[in-house]
Amino acid sequence: MFELLGIPPQALFGQVLLGLINGSFYAILSLGLAVIFGLLNIINFAHGAQYMMGAFVAWMALNYLGLNYWFALVLAPIVVGAVGVVIERLLLKRISHLDHLYGLLLTFGLALIIQGLFRNQYGSSGLPYGIPPQLAGGQNLGFMFLPNYRAWVIVASLAVCLATWFLIEKTRLGAYLRAATENPTLTQAFGINVPLLVTLTYGFGVALAAFAGVLAAPVYSVNPNMGGDLIIVVFAVVVIGGMGSIMGAIVTGFALGLVEGLTKVFYPEASSTVIFVIMVLVLLVKPAGLFGRPA
Amino acid sequence: MAITEAARAPAGAAGAAPLLTVRGLEAWYGESHVLHGIDFDVAPGEVVTLLGRNGAGKTTTLKSIMGVIGKRKGSVALEGKETIDLPSRAIARLGIGFVPEERGIYSSLSVEENLMLPPKIREGGLSLERIFTLFPNLKERLRSQGTKLSGGEQQMLAIGRILRTGAHLLLLDEPTEGLAPVIIEQIGRTIAELKREGFTIILVEQNFRFAQTVADRHYVVEQGKVVDMIPNAELDANIDKLHRYLGV
Repeated sequence: MFELLGIPPQALFGQVLLGLINGSFYAILSLGLAVIFGLLNIINFAHGAQYMMGAFVAWMALNYLGLNYWFALVLAPIVVGAVGVVIERLLLKRISHLDHLYGLLLTFGLALIIQGLFRNQYGSSGLPYGIPPQLAGGQNLGFMFLPNYRAWVIVASLAVCLATWFLIEKTRLGAYLRAATENPTLTQAFGINVPLLVTLTYGFGVALAAFAGVLAAPVYSVNPNMGGDLIIVVFAVVVIGGMGSIMGAIVTGFALGLVEGLTKVFYPEASSTVIFVIMVLVLLVKPAGLFGRPA
Repeated sequence: MAITEAARAPAGAAGAAPLLTVRGLEAWYGESHVLHGIDFDVAPGEVVTLLGRNGAGKTTTLKSIMGVIGKRKGSVALEGKETIDLPSRAIARLGIGFVPEERGIYSSLSVEENLMLPPKIREGGLSLERIFTLFPNLKERLRSQGTKLSGGEQQMLAIGRILRTGAHLLLLDEPTEGLAPVIIEQIGRTIAELKREGFTIILVEQNFRFAQTVADRHYVVEQGKVVDMIPNAELDANIDKLHRYLGV
């Protein structure tokens, strides 16, 4: 079997796959952040905690209610999205007229509270969540072994991202969302219920985070800190893609996961910082992000 | 100077109850008190203009009727229904269509999406075919980004999109501002046609020569109050007075 720069193909494609898995989570999470920032102008720092809540709802559904992974995949986004709706109505709505910084601080505080509550109840060592039996095992592709569950994560993430893009860019509801993002006052003056759109959009963005959390549960252990570790990288992805850019979030999420994976192969020491190096370069060259529109 | 109740009464439709009644309308931008008690009526099927100098409060009057201003008080009744405490989305659903001064074309939406954005609020709106008859340019540019249109086309789009909705009272804020004479003529013909079809229109205009070609009556706004009402038929006889009001 061929080698590339002395790297065996199993190692190379293994890291590419790992990069795509991470990219899947980056894409869904940054998509949720982009949707929320686009309409609410809120930098939702609680997004990582909401991703963690999705994983925990899956774990609780399995262990307390006996509901399997497939139920959790539907249930967790609904439950955590509903929590998001309550957060928006009770807290975020009250600061919607203030600077972005207030929303960031409020959601940062919320993230710490949510993480603290889960850590207090479940500890921080992590809880196991098994791969659903239908997706156990894998395929030998000759040049690499492809675990079924990891392939599913990539396909499901891509499908959800593209469906979200279609919803926002190609439907009447999406046109309402884009209009409300651009000029909420006029959109409201056309008889469109913008406050309801805002609430549902926040709930939808949070539901995306919870969906990613359920996908992640069998890959990583279910841990109160799982979102906190990821959210900083996801914010870097959003900045690189362009704040509020839907396609930017999707493309950049997958691409940066891939870049991170390849860096692990060729220069492992830089793998945890490569995304931040790219972020700095993009901010210097194109401050609005690769897909963002200049303010 | 305050106008009398008789002068305020609509002249366009003798005996008809006003479609819109505005009484003691006050409005604020933050701490700044802009309207100080606007009073006027508009009868069904009338075209009335609000004339006045820059900063007199004409645009703010339209925004206050539409409910897109932070703080307002007084009374704005549409067909007898009080709207002063309603949010703008509820006011729109009573049948008011708003074309703002800056036209409000969305850059993130195509021409078609801009056109189809305002939901239908009641029966009686114009069909797309009818709108394309009024504004043929729009049909050719449906796939373009809304803000890529020329100023005149953007104005056509801004007017066209509210004609679909079934709104029967149209608030047009300076629809001819910055447009070429040929486009102004087209807008004028459209307003005249809409009037013939029974639409009621409140027009904010700086260009009183244009206003004269389409309006039934003219309200003069000064320092946040309506200070005079001039029937269109008497405009030429009052031209010196109007020049004084407008500082021409």
